[in-house]
Amino acid sequence: MQDKFIMFLSLFKFYTRDILFLSQKIPNLSSILINIHTNMNTNELFAIAPIISVTTLSIIVLLIESLIKKSERLSFGVTVIGLFVTMYFSITTFELSGTAFNQMVTIGGFASIFSVLFSVAALLTVVFSKDYLQKENANFGEFYILILFSTIGMMLMASAADLILLFIGLELMSICLYVLAGFFRNRQSSNEAALKYFLLGAFATSFLLYGIALVYGATGTTNINYIIQNLSNMNNSLFISVGIGLILIGLAFKVGAVPFHMWVPDVYQGSPTPVSGFMATGAKAAAFSAFVILFINSTSSEIKTVLILLSALSMIAGNIIAIAQTNVKRMLGYSSIAHAGYMLIGLAAANQLGRDGILFYLFAYMLMNIGAFGVISLIEANEEKNLQFDDYKGLGTKKPALAAILAILMFSLAGIPPFAGFFGKYYIFIAAVNSNLTWLAILGVLTSVISVYYYLKLVVAMYFKEGEEILFSKVSPLSYLVLIAIIILITGIGVYPSSILTILNQIP
Amino acid sequence: MSIEVIIFFLVAISAIVSAVLMVIQRNPVKSVLFMIVNFFCLAIIYLLLHAQFIAIIQILVYAGAIMVLFLFVIMLLNLGDESLLKEKANFRKMIAYLLSGVILLELIIGIILPPNTFLQTQSPEAVKIGSVEAIGASLFNNYLLPFEAVSILLLAAIVGVVVLAKKKFK
Repeated sequence: MQDKFIMFLSLFKFYTRDILFLSQKIPNLSSILINIHTNMNTNELFAIAPIISVTTLSIIVLLIESLIKKSERLSFGVTVIGLFVTMYFSITTFELSGTAFNQMVTIGGFASIFSVLFSVAALLTVVFSKDYLQKENANFGEFYILILFSTIGMMLMASAADLILLFIGLELMSICLYVLAGFFRNRQSSNEAALKYFLLGAFATSFLLYGIALVYGATGTTNINYIIQNLSNMNNSLFISVGIGLILIGLAFKVGAVPFHMWVPDVYQGSPTPVSGFMATGAKAAAFSAFVILFINSTSSEIKTVLILLSALSMIAGNIIAIAQTNVKRMLGYSSIAHAGYMLIGLAAANQLGRDGILFYLFAYMLMNIGAFGVISLIEANEEKNLQFDDYKGLGTKKPALAAILAILMFSLAGIPPFAGFFGKYYIFIAAVNSNLTWLAILGVLTSVISVYYYLKLVVAMYFKEGEEILFSKVSPLSYLVLIAIIILITGIGVYPSSILTILNQIP
Repeated sequence: MSIEVIIFFLVAISAIVSAVLMVIQRNPVKSVLFMIVNFFCLAIIYLLLHAQFIAIIQILVYAGAIMVLFLFVIMLLNLGDESLLKEKANFRKMIAYLLSGVILLELIIGIILPPNTFLQTQSPEAVKIGSVEAIGASLFNNYLLPFEAVSILLLAAIVGVVVLAKKKFK
């Protein structure tokens, strides 16, 4: 303990000496430092309070982990409290508008809504992972740190007003998720998931980066608002369309839309279960936030055609392949492809209701899917047992509470009223009809009918089939509490959908 | 012909030659050494373009740190029999040839066809933005937030590496 502290102090000394040395050598440095002071004011810092709050939190947890022994419980507690603080800051910054830090970030409104979403997703994931990690004898604080770091990345993406920040946010989020996917180093499937996700993800990121480079080359700026406003009177239209196409591919990979979905089932199956939930919701929501920032106001018919194609293919392929799955995590992986397809409808509709529909859907989907992955992680036993449909037979009598919660979540995922999943789909389909995409809405309804089959297959297995005795591990009261909160929220949102929608309407 | 053009042609030719030699070497260590030569040539080309900062970074990061890493990995892996690396002609290889041929054709067309005028001359602005001072000033003013975000990105990568490589499981 003491020697670590001394090491820390000497490091600090080293840095101060370094800076003093540099300031003597470079006369400009002092003027640069003064510039920073004058350029930054506390208002701007407050405007990005959610991001600052998560960053501070992650550094605090990092210090706790490195300075204190047996710190898992403390890290967990600090993380949970810190995420509540972040949620508070996200809500208080909602009223703000405009940009900060030389037009790098948009503040308030849209960014705040997403900050709330990401902090709730991180909070739920952290709670479920505690039980899961204890079960696997791998309760390390680094897990929480990585979750927090990737939350920072997601928030940066959702508040980006500049393509550079968008890219850095995406990388920050992805790198943490690659590591989290391979967190169980001694598990083969986890290694496979991490490697697959890393290689394909790096490939997709390079697509995005090339796209950004081309757009920058053609427009001379990376400011998103400027590019969108001046898109019509640009000369280098070939560069711009190729650039935008590459950006679209990079983001479509991250949301797992067909035909860029190959990694989804393997990665979701191999990753630690709460991480799969986090990827399916947080990472997907972050990529959709970028989609909305870049494409929601687009009038270009080519982009619209591409989005329609992506969404139709995702809905059809995701739902049909999900029917054939025997592994529950894999089934949810394919279903998440289908959900990405539904949300892409809202994007293709490109109107106000489409955007609000996507946000509503993301909230509902986040609660349902993290809940579903959470229940699966609680039922899962050591060494990836209890993950097949057969293992869920008779769960209704063996674990009545968990089975009931999972059944409600499945109903909601299938889009059966009065749960939140239904209204998410409803608003998106309305948005599609409003912008003359009725056939796409009909396709969406038809494919959701298909999806009812495999969601209810799980419910039928739980309640109407007899199963063998299987081993369960202890479920902590905290997990039950969180699950009940999720159920209350999705029922509440389902019964009073206008409560969320009026908030979303206030976003300019 | 000014001295700059002569230097450019010398460096460009040696860059191409070293790149080709790097690809066709059988011995991986020799291949890596040619890659270092190639990186140095690129650094000089950056200098000719008045991008001092990128030139220095190219030498420090690529020719320095990354190449040492490459050499260590190759020597530690002990690749052994290089004849195993030989591949028979197959369908995949044909596609690779085809694609590289297409890229070569594209490059030739791009060079021969009349290029955009702005690519031909170097604007005086380019001299200013390539300097270390200009990059530092814009990093700490306009791009302060992305700069800080990158520091978090690096921290996250360090934590990730420690988790994946060092963590002891029971």
